Amino acid sequence: MSVFAEVPQAVPVAVFKLTADFRDDKDPNKVNLGVGAYRTDDSQPWVLPVVKKVERIIVDQSLNHEYLPILGLPEFRSSASKIALGDDSPAIQDNRVGAVQCLGGTGALKIGAEFLRRWYNGNNNTSTPVYVSAPTWENHNGVFIDAGFKDVRPYKYWDAKNRGLDLAGFLGDLESAPEHSIFVLHACAHNPTGTDPTQDEWMQIADVLKRRNHFVFFDSAYQGFASGCLDKDAWAVRYFVSQGFELFCAQSFSKNFGLYNERVGNLTIVSKDSENLNRTLSQMEKIVRTTWSNPPSQGARLVAITLNSPELFEEWKDNVKTMADRVLLMRAQLKAKLQALGTPGTWEHITQQIGMFSFTGLNHKQVEYLIKEKHVYLMASGRINMCGLTTKNIDYIAESIHEAVTRVQ
Amino acid sequence: MSVFGEVPQAAPVAVFKLSADFREDNDPHKVNLGVGAYRTDDCQPWVLPVVKKVERMIVEDQGLNHEYLPILGLPEFRSSASKIALGEDSPAIQENRVGGVQGLGGTGALKIGAEFLRRWYNGQNNTGTPVYVSSPTWENHNAVFTDAGFKDIRPYKYWDPEKRGLALAGFLDDLEKAPERSIFVLHACAHNPTGTDPTPDEWKKIAEVMKRRNLFVFFDSAYQGFASGSLEKDAWAIRYFVSQGFELFCAQSFSKNFGLYNERVGNLTVVAKNNENLTRVLSQMEKIVRTTWSNPPSQGARLVAITLNSPELFAEWKANVKTMADRVLLMRAELKAKLQALGTPGTWDHITQQIGMFSFTGLNPKQVEFMIKQKHVYLMASGRINMCGLTTKNIDYVAQSIHEAITKVQ
Repeated sequence: MSVFAEVPQAVPVAVFKLTADFRDDKDPNKVNLGVGAYRTDDSQPWVLPVVKKVERIIVDQSLNHEYLPILGLPEFRSSASKIALGDDSPAIQDNRVGAVQCLGGTGALKIGAEFLRRWYNGNNNTSTPVYVSAPTWENHNGVFIDAGFKDVRPYKYWDAKNRGLDLAGFLGDLESAPEHSIFVLHACAHNPTGTDPTQDEWMQIADVLKRRNHFVFFDSAYQGFASGCLDKDAWAVRYFVSQGFELFCAQSFSKNFGLYNERVGNLTIVSKDSENLNRTLSQMEKIVRTTWSNPPSQGARLVAITLNSPELFEEWKDNVKTMADRVLLMRAQLKAKLQALGTPGTWEHITQQIGMFSFTGLNHKQVEYLIKEKHVYLMASGRINMCGLTTKNIDYIAESIHEAVTRVQ
Repeated sequence: MSVFGEVPQAAPVAVFKLSADFREDNDPHKVNLGVGAYRTDDCQPWVLPVVKKVERMIVEDQGLNHEYLPILGLPEFRSSASKIALGEDSPAIQENRVGGVQGLGGTGALKIGAEFLRRWYNGQNNTGTPVYVSSPTWENHNAVFTDAGFKDIRPYKYWDPEKRGLALAGFLDDLEKAPERSIFVLHACAHNPTGTDPTPDEWKKIAEVMKRRNLFVFFDSAYQGFASGSLEKDAWAIRYFVSQGFELFCAQSFSKNFGLYNERVGNLTVVAKNNENLTRVLSQMEKIVRTTWSNPPSQGARLVAITLNSPELFAEWKANVKTMADRVLLMRAELKAKLQALGTPGTWDHITQQIGMFSFTGLNPKQVEFMIKQKHVYLMASGRINMCGLTTKNIDYVAQSIHEAITKVQ
């Protein structure tokens, strides 16, 4: 009799199941519009040229492999926070910005969530409501629940009818949320809808957040990748800081550096002053120590070298723009093709939405049709990864969407 | 008013505080016998030659990209890592009832294992299951299990300070008295901090009680190969337990034996009764990994996998490991010899009887304080020293300092 006999089979993570099904599919026309990773026009992963260059630099440097500090590589932490807040950030100059190097965006969210559960709004207050957008990245819920929060709630975000931001609903939820609630905000390129608030809308959101004393936890996984411009994509984060918010920002370098599997992330912490910051960081150390002890070096070193060298930094920004531009091109072309086909509905949202993902508006049945009949793989929510589109497959995809919309209701 | 206004300052981790104090010390004689990392005879970190070689191979390989690894990690790393622990010809592996979860070093493997056990072992979310850790043990064991939600962490007798050896009778007694199904964290070899391991005979006795009492076996294996110089010898206990039919977890670290400390290379080996149970367990491990780090880092795991899966590189690695183990053995022999030559009061056989990176000197806290403050020789308050901190250049000074500490301070 096994001690594991009562352990139930867990449901696989949807997006990876999709990719597994895609891999098993033998159809020559198959397309994977599921998992969020960049692809070239040849449908290949892309190792950024600057990354290849810096990998060589690292090997030539012959560094040792001694443990990093618990909070991570110092030059990575500081340069990563600068990327989010800006080189000339007053908060950084005031010494009230700190960071924890983490395992990708997930790791940054994890450490932040574990800290908040222990120390925010009382001690171990597991009932502080945590609000995540409706819809949101499928793992947000799981991260906060596993950190111990018992009350994870949705805030209105996506207006399905109008295919845009439900601002009134969003503001309404901010008003009615209990004071000191935690709100997880997508810094840019909202996943999965691709729909971001405008600057004006962010200002309104910030106003209520401040008035209701809510805690701001940004998730920033696509900086630079969304518009092609680092500063533009960081506008919301910087605006909130300028408004005096204390906040967390979970940064991922998986997408904008294409370093998915080296798990490069940073939890940026903005506090009122350095005294509060130091106490916070000391508690973060305790949490890191029992989770992974100290973080992995390779990816962080790569990013630090790049961000801290003017030449490499320029090269990186260029590489990022290459990716962002290809996505913008695919957006434009997909919309044009759907319009040319006369596919029922409006398709403006394809080019209005920003970043890697598009919320097509396809319903479950139409999604099923696309997968089963056309071998076009996308998430049940109708989310597609624009990076999966290429000049070679875009006609097939546009036609498939056209069929799905016209044949399936 | 800050939302962090009530957050208390946390005490720093002792071993890192020690290193920080050491770094700030300007005394020319200073020696760091604190943190557990290998040092050469020049007191330098050592990047294994095989590691340098494989790093270059990785950089030259045009076929590699940076796509996400599977949630459970790089398959060729997981399987080769488990083989290292259980043996190439392990029947359990052949029976498809062994799985691995790539973890962030040994800590990450312990973390995922602990989180799983709290959720799914001995009932559901049974936070009351006692978890036993050796007395003393690695300072982070307690906290990893506590943070995973376990409310009842207890010590089991292990170190006998009087005889400076294993408190076997006390250990066996604690095993008998522990509530059935308690979890026991066992050090596979090179016990940290005492360096004192059970003999094979003693392991057999321990296993017998554990089987009878239905206790859960969670091995921590951070020094395989590093302890005796032989991978097989250092894995004897784990393999014995598997041969006795135990289901168990083994948290493996490749930090020390590959010198890859900062790339966080670890593996949680899971041995189950059969493949069906294993599969369900791994599916739940995936859920835990997903909300912790999503999927693990590639660099270190790839490096280890390439090495373990190439006969040539594997042999080279074993030679590198033996180099480290041999230097430690040499330092042990020399330290004991010098203390005996100085006529330092007490017996010093334990220095060469103990195994692995650490030695429990037997120095008391006052003597430790003397060592640090007066002699600038840094060691843990428990009296634990890292043998790797000793070199042919500093060993006389260290022996002399120990001699003074013992003769001048009671």
